[in-house]
Amino acid sequence: MAEPVLIVDRLKAYYRTHAFGLDRDIRAVDDISLTVAPGEVYGIAGESSSGKTTLIKTIVGAIRPPLAVVGGSVRFRFGGEIRDIYALTPVQLQAIRWRHLSCILQGSMNVLNPVRRIRHSFQDFAFPHMGLKPAAFWEAVRAHLARLDLDPAVLDSYPHQLSGGMRQRTTIALATVCTPEFIVADEPTTALDVIVQRDVLTMLRDIQRRLGSSFLFVTHDMSVHATVSDRVGIVYAGRLVEEAETPTLFRGALHPYTQHLVASLPRIGDTTRRASLPGRPPSLADPPSGCRFHPRCPLAMEVCRETVPALVEAAPRHRVACFAVSGAPS
Amino acid sequence: MSLILDVDHVGKTFVQGGLLSRRQVEAVRDVSFSLDAERPEILSVVGESGSGKSTLAAMVLGRLVPTRGRILFEGGDVAAIRSRAGRRAFMARVQPVLQNPFEAFNPLKRVDRYLFATAANFMAGDGRPTRAAIEERVDRALVEVGLTLAEVRGRFPHELSGGQLQRTAIARALIPDPRLLVADEPVSMVDASLRMAIVNLFGALRDRLGLSIIYITHDLATAYYISDRILIMRKGEVVERGPARAVLDNPQHPYSIALKQAVLTPDFG
Repeated sequence: MAEPVLIVDRLKAYYRTHAFGLDRDIRAVDDISLTVAPGEVYGIAGESSSGKTTLIKTIVGAIRPPLAVVGGSVRFRFGGEIRDIYALTPVQLQAIRWRHLSCILQGSMNVLNPVRRIRHSFQDFAFPHMGLKPAAFWEAVRAHLARLDLDPAVLDSYPHQLSGGMRQRTTIALATVCTPEFIVADEPTTALDVIVQRDVLTMLRDIQRRLGSSFLFVTHDMSVHATVSDRVGIVYAGRLVEEAETPTLFRGALHPYTQHLVASLPRIGDTTRRASLPGRPPSLADPPSGCRFHPRCPLAMEVCRETVPALVEAAPRHRVACFAVSGAPS
Repeated sequence: MSLILDVDHVGKTFVQGGLLSRRQVEAVRDVSFSLDAERPEILSVVGESGSGKSTLAAMVLGRLVPTRGRILFEGGDVAAIRSRAGRRAFMARVQPVLQNPFEAFNPLKRVDRYLFATAANFMAGDGRPTRAAIEERVDRALVEVGLTLAEVRGRFPHELSGGQLQRTAIARALIPDPRLLVADEPVSMVDASLRMAIVNLFGALRDRLGLSIIYITHDLATAYYISDRILIMRKGEVVERGPARAVLDNPQHPYSIALKQAVLTPDFG
């Protein structure tokens, strides 16, 4: 197997707040390790407030207080050279961003400046990184838009003149114009309706194949993962609880939380009753002891209340953190 | 046969622009459907963004006046309600559930205040209600959605999870004992596991309380799962209608077929 592009090793990132003499840690990312291979789409799934967005913030090095990295490392391999994202100076980080590492975010309206034409967004984001003369730069941008079946006339539009789907496609064009090796996408299709969502996903998958980039694809929607992701990691309360190749995960999930996520998906043509998970998502400020899923878990045992299960390989390329699968430690 | 809601050839046209550059947009065109009082059901209205789903909902709720046709609720024209008392009586019978529970509640106000205010409002008809009577009513509505007043009392919106907040929003809608709920994309902002909890709750409310629900969504899979009838809308027009399962199992209109094909299926060989 090829050397991974991204290595996240025992990453811990907490929101640290000090108020009224009280220190509080919100453990949004707690001991997560994962790797992403070249050309792979790695999906991250989990419910709201499970720490998905914090995880990708720490991976791209966008860390602002109160968020703090408490332990672990994030390393990228760009052009055979390993870069530890926390060891870089801001200038070096700036040089990597967009050229090698870019982002597609959820609200396309928040990415594009609403009072300036889209051409300015391209100029601001991409021009400094391309190292081209202005004429050649616009030539490259136009060619890129044409490849994505976007009319170059969007450059002269304001964001509000475009429909939601067009805007999201424009932000995808913006994120991919420098042909980065690694692209992080945070819920890129959540705000879109079904038909537009399908178009945007097809376009993403297509561009990923063409550029050969790696993707880190975050969404709570399991059916989106089924369509785009090669491998999926399930995050629950800041921890990775299961990771496997997508077909394996949908056919033979081992962790009770993943099994519930897959079983609760409604399908057209199937009217069997879907149960919803009892209880509420845990608070990250005061997570349950032991396995964080145990208060809602149908298989919870005594050991789950006390000990945190480690993420172990249950089968080749299939890791799971559950005592019901790996057996309780003696 | 008595009808709870009768939407009769309704249309809505919006006029954009000024005197010289006037442009008309037909958001809803000649839509008709009715809900039977004896047979409570969940009616799904599906379609892409801009298909007129939300405009239709706003007209049923009496927030917009139809340009053409009329909407009869329990025999009375919704657009003809003028008096404050008439408006209040109508609102007690038809209640909305909004898309994003985090935006439906003021973050600086305790959630229970909305519940108490709603209860006090709709109980005012029988003299000044006592505190105990209000709390009893609020608690009853919360129990219907699987919560209790003890869990919600004194909480701010950020202290409740998204699912609890959406349930609270539904409980608030249940306080005046409505006959009809109009839910505009109630699950598009919540994640997958909560989505089923909310949709199951709608099914339970229909079966237990005999509520009719207009469920507006672009999620065909949950529409298939829960609803009895379905209307598929495109550019303001109903292109296909019928029993939800029959329509989605075997769609006829090209647009319905395209919609069904766009649904991502989580199936592997």
